[in-house]
Amino acid sequence: MYYIDLAVTGVSFGCMYAMMSVGLTLVYGLLRILHVAHAAVFALGAYVVVLVANATGSIALGFLAAVIVTPLFGIAIYRLLYEPLLRYRPDVPMIASVGLLVLMQDAFRIMFGEQGVTFRQNALSFTTFDFHGVTISAVQIALIVTAAVVFAGLHLFTTRTRTGLGWRATVSRPKIAASFGVDPVKVRYLNFAIGSALAAVAGGLVALLNNLVDPSIGFVVSYKALAIIVLGGLGSVRGTLVASLVLGLVEAYGTIFIGAWLDRDAIAFLALIVLLMIRPQGFTGARTA
Amino acid sequence: MSAYTISIVSIIGINVILAVSLNMISGFCGQISLGHGAFFGAGAYAAALAMVATASVPLALLAGVVAGSVLGILVGFASLRVRSDFLAVSTIGVNFLFVGFVRKQSWLGGEMGISGIPPTGFGASGNMIMILLLACATVVFSLYVSRSWMGFAFRAVGEDEQAAATLGIGAGAYKLAAFGIGTALAGLAGALYAFFTQFITVDAFDFILSVMLMAMVVIGGIGSTWGVVAAAVGLTLLPEAIRFVNDYRLLVFGGMLVLVIRLAPGGLAALVHNLFARTRKA
Repeated sequence: MYYIDLAVTGVSFGCMYAMMSVGLTLVYGLLRILHVAHAAVFALGAYVVVLVANATGSIALGFLAAVIVTPLFGIAIYRLLYEPLLRYRPDVPMIASVGLLVLMQDAFRIMFGEQGVTFRQNALSFTTFDFHGVTISAVQIALIVTAAVVFAGLHLFTTRTRTGLGWRATVSRPKIAASFGVDPVKVRYLNFAIGSALAAVAGGLVALLNNLVDPSIGFVVSYKALAIIVLGGLGSVRGTLVASLVLGLVEAYGTIFIGAWLDRDAIAFLALIVLLMIRPQGFTGARTA
Repeated sequence: MSAYTISIVSIIGINVILAVSLNMISGFCGQISLGHGAFFGAGAYAAALAMVATASVPLALLAGVVAGSVLGILVGFASLRVRSDFLAVSTIGVNFLFVGFVRKQSWLGGEMGISGIPPTGFGASGNMIMILLLACATVVFSLYVSRSWMGFAFRAVGEDEQAAATLGIGAGAYKLAAFGIGTALAGLAGALYAFFTQFITVDAFDFILSVMLMAMVVIGGIGSTWGVVAAAVGLTLLPEAIRFVNDYRLLVFGGMLVLVIRLAPGGLAALVHNLFARTRKA
């Protein structure tokens, strides 16, 4: 039963990583920028959820506010920071992005305190279900269900609607997509909006899971997400999904097997560095690293 | 000199060595490293172990330099395989791996770090003078490299690997050389840090430190030795001089990093250069 518990933990963390990373991999696919500050968007989402939920008493309203605020913030990052830097080498916007993340993290600390903010009412995080000895918390179920709905929705959107097709076309062949009348700038806005909203949902769910939002909430997750998108083959949503679930499971089981000599949070980077050494083009080889 | 002044000057010296050595890797040779803290840490731990075992200062310095450069050359091999922004991610990974690994090693003191490192015997001001001498030597060495054939080759590789190859400059060897030299100096700084504090924990070498060092290089003007020295001194003194900056250190450093890249990508060095160019024209 212990091993099944670990599998549940692994899959629910994997779902969270997937929602966090999909925006990152699509930004890379479109702009060739490593959007490190995506973690700040994730943290912003978590803060908005907890603050609005505490103010209004409704967690659902908190999530609604988060998916309205964070897309605007994501678009602002693109418009004000990345767009003017596109003509430089890709590491220039990346360093700016790291600067923005550090700045935002400190800003959260200054505004809301080192200790973070807890939910005033959060029945969800203490509700657990028992399936023949396997314990699953309500938040874990929420993580898995949300991720399933989100990825199914994303799949339908990118295969069945004109806007979604244009988005996918721009990620894979920007010039040809533009020649077919897809506005590349609108696609970028759409991309930052959807990616940021997903990161905010993931952030809110992590906040519910821990019943806490502290300034460092996005920090380690963000660097893991960088590892995930490389492992998943950059720009590939399917690869990112697989890599996220694999990482979630490896971390869950890895804690008992190699936890004695390596931090749980370092496993992702070990995998990343080993993979980059063996296959610099990533798992799938779809794009060159 | 008061004990406070001595400790500030020592920290400035260590930061100058770190920033100038990072500038050799990222500024001269164009290989963005966001894991300089790991090499600094490797040097500090190696020197601390050597000091505890032998109490010999030259041996500890040597241990720091060797540990830093061995790890650095290993990471340098990564730079031969991946493109520049992925190298940056790999070096972030190296930093997290270093911290995650050391934290779990009981022979390195784990979470508690290594305490009770024997004193060098020079006293606080003796240590400070040693640090300053080595910092000056690092700056002179950096200026020398910048003007040498190797510096030219570094810049050629940093600007355009293919073009460098047509001039007969093999990118691989020079990237490895840049990593080897830069990280050896970071290891040296680590040894000096271990002498200075006589107590090290792994939290002193985390990713935030690496970001701070990159901020010094970018704000000073990537590739300019004097600009980076000025930024290292200035950014070390700033939190001491202004209380606000000390409380909100990351906010200020992160903000400066974003603003400098966005508004003046050449950093301090380019600003000063432009100012001189303008006055000369007038």
